[in-house]
Amino acid sequence: MSRATLGWIVLGWIGYALLPWYGLDGAASSLGDYFVGRSGLVHGLTGAWWLLPILLPLVMGLRPAFAGSGESDGTWLIASGLLGLALVILQGFAIGMNGWTFEVLKVLFGEPGPRQDGIGYGATLTLTAFLIVLCHGFAARGWCRGDAFVTSSIGVVIALIIVFVFFPVSTILASAFADNDGNFAPAEFAAKFTDQSIWGLDCLTSNLRCGVAWNTLFLGVLVAFGTTALGLAFALIATRTAFRYKKLLRVMSVLPIITPPFVIGLALILLFGRSGALSAVLWDWFGIPRSRWIYGLPGIFIAQLLAFTPIAFLVLIGVVQGISPTLEEASQTLRAKSWTTFMTITLPLMRPGLANAFLLGFVESLADFGNPLVLGGNYEVLSTKIFFAVVGAQQDQGRAAVLSIILLAFTLGAFWLQHAWLGKKVYTTVTGKGDAGIPLPLPRRVAAASYLTAIPWALFTLVVYTIIVVGGFVRSMGRDYTPTLDHLLTAFRIENTEWGLHFSGSAWDSFFATVKVAALAAPLTAAVGLLTAYLLTRQRFSGQRAFEFGTLLSFAIPGTVVGVSYILAFNVPPIEITGTGFILVMCFVFRNMPVGVRAGIATLSQIDKSLDEASLTLGARSATTMRRVVLPLLRPAVVASLVYSFVRAMTAVSAVIFLVTAEYNMATTYIVGRVEAGEFGLAIAYSTVLILVMLLAIVMIQLAVGERRLGRRSAAANAAPVAVQAVP
Amino acid sequence: MTRRNSLFAATMLAGTAAAFSLMSTGAAQAQGALVMYCAVQEEWCRAMTSAFERETGIKVSMTRKSSGEIYAQVKAEAQNPRADIWWGGTGDPHMQAAEEGLTMEYKSPNMGELQDWAVRQWEQSKNRTVGIYSGALGFGYNTELVKANGIKEPKCWADLLNEDLKDEVQVADPNSSGTAYTLLATIVQLMGEEKGFEYLKSLHKNVNQYTKSGAAPAKATALGETTVGIVFMHDMVTMVVDNAPVKVVAPCEGTGYEIGSMSIIKGAKNLENAKKFYDWALTPAAQKLGAEAKSYQVPSNKNTPVPPQAPKLDEIKLINFDFAKYGSSEERRRLLSKWDNEVKNLPK
Repeated sequence: MSRATLGWIVLGWIGYALLPWYGLDGAASSLGDYFVGRSGLVHGLTGAWWLLPILLPLVMGLRPAFAGSGESDGTWLIASGLLGLALVILQGFAIGMNGWTFEVLKVLFGEPGPRQDGIGYGATLTLTAFLIVLCHGFAARGWCRGDAFVTSSIGVVIALIIVFVFFPVSTILASAFADNDGNFAPAEFAAKFTDQSIWGLDCLTSNLRCGVAWNTLFLGVLVAFGTTALGLAFALIATRTAFRYKKLLRVMSVLPIITPPFVIGLALILLFGRSGALSAVLWDWFGIPRSRWIYGLPGIFIAQLLAFTPIAFLVLIGVVQGISPTLEEASQTLRAKSWTTFMTITLPLMRPGLANAFLLGFVESLADFGNPLVLGGNYEVLSTKIFFAVVGAQQDQGRAAVLSIILLAFTLGAFWLQHAWLGKKVYTTVTGKGDAGIPLPLPRRVAAASYLTAIPWALFTLVVYTIIVVGGFVRSMGRDYTPTLDHLLTAFRIENTEWGLHFSGSAWDSFFATVKVAALAAPLTAAVGLLTAYLLTRQRFSGQRAFEFGTLLSFAIPGTVVGVSYILAFNVPPIEITGTGFILVMCFVFRNMPVGVRAGIATLSQIDKSLDEASLTLGARSATTMRRVVLPLLRPAVVASLVYSFVRAMTAVSAVIFLVTAEYNMATTYIVGRVEAGEFGLAIAYSTVLILVMLLAIVMIQLAVGERRLGRRSAAANAAPVAVQAVP
Repeated sequence: MTRRNSLFAATMLAGTAAAFSLMSTGAAQAQGALVMYCAVQEEWCRAMTSAFERETGIKVSMTRKSSGEIYAQVKAEAQNPRADIWWGGTGDPHMQAAEEGLTMEYKSPNMGELQDWAVRQWEQSKNRTVGIYSGALGFGYNTELVKANGIKEPKCWADLLNEDLKDEVQVADPNSSGTAYTLLATIVQLMGEEKGFEYLKSLHKNVNQYTKSGAAPAKATALGETTVGIVFMHDMVTMVVDNAPVKVVAPCEGTGYEIGSMSIIKGAKNLENAKKFYDWALTPAAQKLGAEAKSYQVPSNKNTPVPPQAPKLDEIKLINFDFAKYGSSEERRRLLSKWDNEVKNLPK
C-alpha cells in the first residue's frame, strides 16, 4: 500500500475523530472542545448513534496497512471506500434538522426522530478520504493503468459535478412533474409543456403573437447569423488586410465581453428610445418621427449583436489565422482567380470556425437575460419568462422548470447538431498547417463587403460606448446633460474620518464582495477545468463521453434555475451552505468550469504527448514534468480560464439573485436594483468602474501567469470556445 | 506518482480549506443580530437599517430584493429559514406567504396607533402580516408630450381609452408585476368582472408595452418614452420631485391601492429581535424615514406626519379593496390566465 493511501486513511480518521463533524461556523469555548469534543466519534458515543457505524469502514481501510501488501488490498480499499461513502451519505439524507426525512422511516421508527445539522469540516474530510481511498482501490485493481492520480482525479471531479450540478438541478427539474402541492402529476407537466403560449404559431397566419419558444429560436438564429457575419468581416480585416486600426479592433473585441448586463440595453434606449439622443437628431434634422421601434425584436437583436459579435470575432480570427496559405498559393498557381480561390479554398476551410461561431451566438442569445429584460417590449423570450415564472405574480415554479427543460433541449440540440455536422468535416481543416507563405490579400469585393459591414458597425459600437461613459457622468441622461460626479460619489464616496478612511459610498460593500468572490472563484475554476481537460485529452477511460457531457451540462441551464436549485439543494442538511460566500464561489466555479475545460482541451490537443514523455525519460519526476513542461505550455489556457471565470463572476446576474446575502451582495444585483429604481446614471457609473476593474484584472492575470505576448495571442485563439458561458 | 498525488491532494485540500474558512461566516445568527429582507428602494432600506442599529445596538444584515424574489426565496428556504423579518414590498406576496404559513402570527403593542387599512391587512392575513405604508394606484402623464400633441389631459380611467392615446399608455404585465396585478384587480372590483375585462381589452389598443417591472412606466413617462404610465402614484411623485415634466393623476372613478407590508418569517432564528424591529417599524420615528429617503408612500401609523409630496389618501376616491379575495392564489391564478387569454393575446 502506498504512503499516499495510508495518508488518506489517516485523514479519514482525523476527520472522524478530531475535527468538528457538524456546522461550518466555529464557535467553541476552547480549542480542545472545538477539536475533539465536537467530532463525529464523540457525537456518536454521546447520543448520535447513527454516526458509529462509520467506524467499520475506517477500520476496514486500515487492514491492508497492517496485513502487509497482498492481492486483496484493492478489494479491501474499494469495500472500505464504498461502505464509508454509503454510510455517511445515507445518514446525512435520512436524518434532517427536523427529524426523519423519509416517510418510511417516520412510519417505522415514529416521528419526529433524531435531528442533526449540516456537515462540517470533519464530515467533509472523512467523505473526501473515503472517496480517494475508493479511487486508490480501483487503481490497485489496475484501472487506468494503475495510476492512482488519474483515478482519484476522475473520482473527485465526478463527485464535485454530482454534488454541485446534478444534485441541485435534478431537485428543481423534478418540480416540472409536480403540481402546486408537490405531488407527482405528469398530466400537469404535459399540459404545461404543450401550452399555447409556448408553442403557438398564430403569428404566421394572423397578427397574433407566436409562442415564446418560437420567439426564442427565431431570435437565436437571427443573432447567430448576424454575429457570425460581422465576426467574419472583422476577422478578415484583422488578418488579411493592411487596415491601420487593427489594434483598436482588438480593444473593441474585449469591451462588450466585460460590460455588465443591462448597460448595452440602457445605452440603446438612451440613443434610440423615443426621447433618445439620436432620435432627437433625426427628428430635428430630417423630420423622422420619434417612435418606439427599439422595444421588441429589433432592440434585443441589436443589443445582442453588439454584445456577442466579439465572441464570433475571437473564434474566427483563430481559424482564419490557422488557414495555411500554401493551399491558397497552390490554387493561384493553378490559375484560379482570387475570387475563385476565396470561394473554393478559403471559405470551406473556415467552415468549422463558422459553425462554432454560429453555435456560440445561438447559445449566448438563448441564455441572455439582461437585454430582453430592458429592451424586450412585448417580445417574450424563454429566459425572462423563466425568471418571472419564479418571481412574478404567478409564482409557479413548476412552469419555470418546464420552460427550463425546453431551453435546455434547445441548447443541447444545437450542440448535438454542431457535433454531428463537424464530425464529418473536421479532418479537412486540420491538414497542412504549414507556416510557409504569406496570406493572400482578399479579393476586392470581399474586402469591400468586409469594410462596408465592419466599419459602420465599429463606429456604432464606439457611439454606444461613448453614451455609456457619458451616461455615468451627467445628471440625468436624456433630460439633463449637466456634467456631474454625483453618481460616482453616491456609489464610491470615501470619507476621511477620525478613524481613518471610511468607505461610505453605497456601492462599496457589493464591490468588495464581488471582487473577493470573483478572485476566489477564478483560480478554482481554472484548476478544476484544466484538470478535467487533462483527464479528457490525456486519459482513456470508460464513460468518458458521459463525463464530458456532464461537464458541459451546467452552462446549458438558465441562471435563474441554477439559483433556485442551489437554495433548494443547499439550504438544508446534509449540505447547508446557503447564506455563505462559499455557495457563491461554488456556483461560479461550476457554471464557468466549461471555460477551463474547453480552453484546456484546445491547448492540450496542440501539445505533443512526447514532450512529457521526453521529460520523464530524462529523469525528471512527474511533479517536475507537470510544473516545468506541461503547465508553462498550458499558460494560454490558464490565462483564458482565469480571465473568463473572473469576468463572468463579476457580470453574472440571474444565478446569483437568490444567493446573495447582506454580507455577500454582488455588484450586478446592486446594479439591477438601481435600474429597477430608474437610476440609470448610478447604474452606468458603477458599470464603468467595473469595466475598469476587469480590464485591470485581465492585465494583471496576464502579467502574473506568463509572458504577455504569448498570453494575448493564445487568449484570442483559445478564449473563444469558452465564451459560451455568457449565461447572465 | 505518489508525489504528484500528494501534491494534488494537498492543493485540493488547501484550496477547499481556504475557500471554506474565508467564506464560511454564514448569515448572522449570533445574539444581537437581525436578518432582514427588504423590498423597497435601497435608500429607504439603508435608512431603516442604520436607524434601527443606532436605536437598539442590534446588528442588521439587510438584503434588498424585489418582493417577488423575496417570496420565492422565503419559500425555497422554508425548511431552514435564513431571514428573520421581511419588511416592505407590496402586500400580495406577503398575503401569499401568510396563506402558505411561511410567516408567523404576531400582535404588536403598537397596533392601536395604526390606520384602519393597516389593521385590516393584519386581520385578513390571520395576524401574519401588517400594513406599514400604503400607496394608491393612479397614472401620470408627460406634460410636454400632452401639450405638443394636443391631447386632452386624462383625468379618469375612462380617458385612457381616448383614441388620441393610441400606443401612448404603458403599464406592466400583471404576470410579472404586483403593480399591474393591482390594476387588474382594481378594474375588476370597480367595474365588475365582465365590464372590467371589456375595459382592459379596449385599453390594450392604447398600450404600447407591457413592461416587466411595475415601476418602469414611471421612468418611461419621465423620459418621454411614453405619454401615460400607469403606476403607483408615489412612484410618479418621485419623478416629479426629480423635476421631470410629469403630472400625477388620481383617477376620478376611484382607484385601488397597495398595502406595503411586514411579516416575521416563521422559524426566525432571531425572533426576539425580529419582534423588536416589528414594533419599532410601526412607530412614527421609523416611518418618517421613508419621506427622507425620497419614498412618498402614506405611512400606516396615524401619528406619522404624511410627507407633503405624498398623494393624500383622503383626497383620493379609494375603493374598498378586498385583499383577502384578490390576494388569494386561486383567484389570482384565475384572473391572470383570463387576462392572458382574453386581453394579452388580442391583436392591436
